[in-house]
Amino acid sequence: MTAPVIRVVLPAHLKTLAKVSGEVRLEVPAPVTQRAVLDAVEARYPMLLGTIRDRHTGKRRAFIRFYACEEDLSHEAPDEPLPARVIEGAEPFIVLGAMAGG
Amino acid sequence: MTGVRVLVGTRKGAFTLTSDAKRKKWKVNGPHFGGWEVYHMAGSPADPNRLYAAPSGGWHGQVLQRSDDGGQTWRAVNNDFAYQSPTTDHLWYDGTPRPWEFKRIWHLEPSHDDPDKLYAGGEDAALYLTTDGGEKWTELTALREHPSGPSWQPGAGGLCLHTIILDPVQQGRIFVAISAAGAFRSDDGGATWLPINKGLRSGEIPDDDAETGHCVHHITQHPSRPDTLFMQKHWDVMRSDDAGGRWREVSGDLPTDFGFPIAVHAHEPETIYVVPITSDSLHYPPDGKLRVYRSRTGGGEWEPLTAGLPQSDCYVNIYRDAMAVDTLDECGIYFGTTGGQVYHSADGGDTWAPIVRDLSAVLSVEVQVLP
Repeated sequence: MTAPVIRVVLPAHLKTLAKVSGEVRLEVPAPVTQRAVLDAVEARYPMLLGTIRDRHTGKRRAFIRFYACEEDLSHEAPDEPLPARVIEGAEPFIVLGAMAGG
Repeated sequence: MTGVRVLVGTRKGAFTLTSDAKRKKWKVNGPHFGGWEVYHMAGSPADPNRLYAAPSGGWHGQVLQRSDDGGQTWRAVNNDFAYQSPTTDHLWYDGTPRPWEFKRIWHLEPSHDDPDKLYAGGEDAALYLTTDGGEKWTELTALREHPSGPSWQPGAGGLCLHTIILDPVQQGRIFVAISAAGAFRSDDGGATWLPINKGLRSGEIPDDDAETGHCVHHITQHPSRPDTLFMQKHWDVMRSDDAGGRWREVSGDLPTDFGFPIAVHAHEPETIYVVPITSDSLHYPPDGKLRVYRSRTGGGEWEPLTAGLPQSDCYVNIYRDAMAVDTLDECGIYFGTTGGQVYHSADGGDTWAPIVRDLSAVLSVEVQVLP
């Protein structure tokens, strides 16, 4: 059985840093959780280590938010399964910078 | 000599400014890392094509970038600046304890002879070393673990390690400065540290000549006289002739001795430059006149340098790492302002001209002479 392909949208600065454009598509083994998706992002793009969450504690950076399916998942437990539509690939998992800053 | 390359870190990205040795016509490249705050960039003295940059920002924290082709292309290297020994508390602005927390890199200092060896100074204050071009960082923990550490308190910019001087003669000797802990020296490559603040007096702390706690803004050294150090403190311009063992004030006839950068002429070790700023509460030049002051006597007696600099309605600041000198026969002086101008003089400070006028606030300026 192949792992689900998850669509991830990165904020502009991280797309530049990772040298990617558009959405990133990553195979993420089940269970597909916030932590599993971010692990996959960082494994594919190690230059993003520390830019979304703390390298050692895994804690989300204060000015980073996670959205999907029109919901704010920033404060969900990192090991909770993501919404089914993200796991099906119908909706992306969105990483973005909070409105503050820039 | 084919020319110079000026490395400019700004609030919204980095730029390289290049010219031939005449320094009349300039090419502006950038922004690199657009949108990121670039507190510092540095080039290796051993390989001018090896550059390092320290972009950071509130969203994504600190990254570290490296170029092997003089800034044409860059790649991210390791940004793991975690503290590598247990942290204690330092003092917060109001005197209460505050846990040590990494925020950003302020200064990069490449080795004199190894392009892969680089020191980095951080906030909250810590000193890091890589010996493999940024693939791995080691914290030199003895500095942060100095017994005075729990009493260190941030300056307005944060508890930042902003100055690193690698002694060109005495192997293993390193000078650092921290706002607002003061200056420290190691004679053993960072294994042990000695506060070197005797002679400093700071009215902002309860004991004005305490061993530590002074808001040192910047220190510079001429390589031919490594025991002589020049310091711009919060207030006061100081010098030491015994590697920091004792400081004496050389503010002399400056209109104000508050300021941030201090630089020494490349070929005249007693010629130094500062940019006086009105006061700690007025971070702009006195009377709206942007004046660099030069002393040819190692301090004490100063002359204003104004030709080509705005002499009315100028209210910019010049940050501590935003002044540099080149080593061409006629020494060039460079500085950047919070208004986004980068000025240069190709004649030791007698006359000035802008290279660029409209960058974002300039955080740092370094210059390389290209072979």
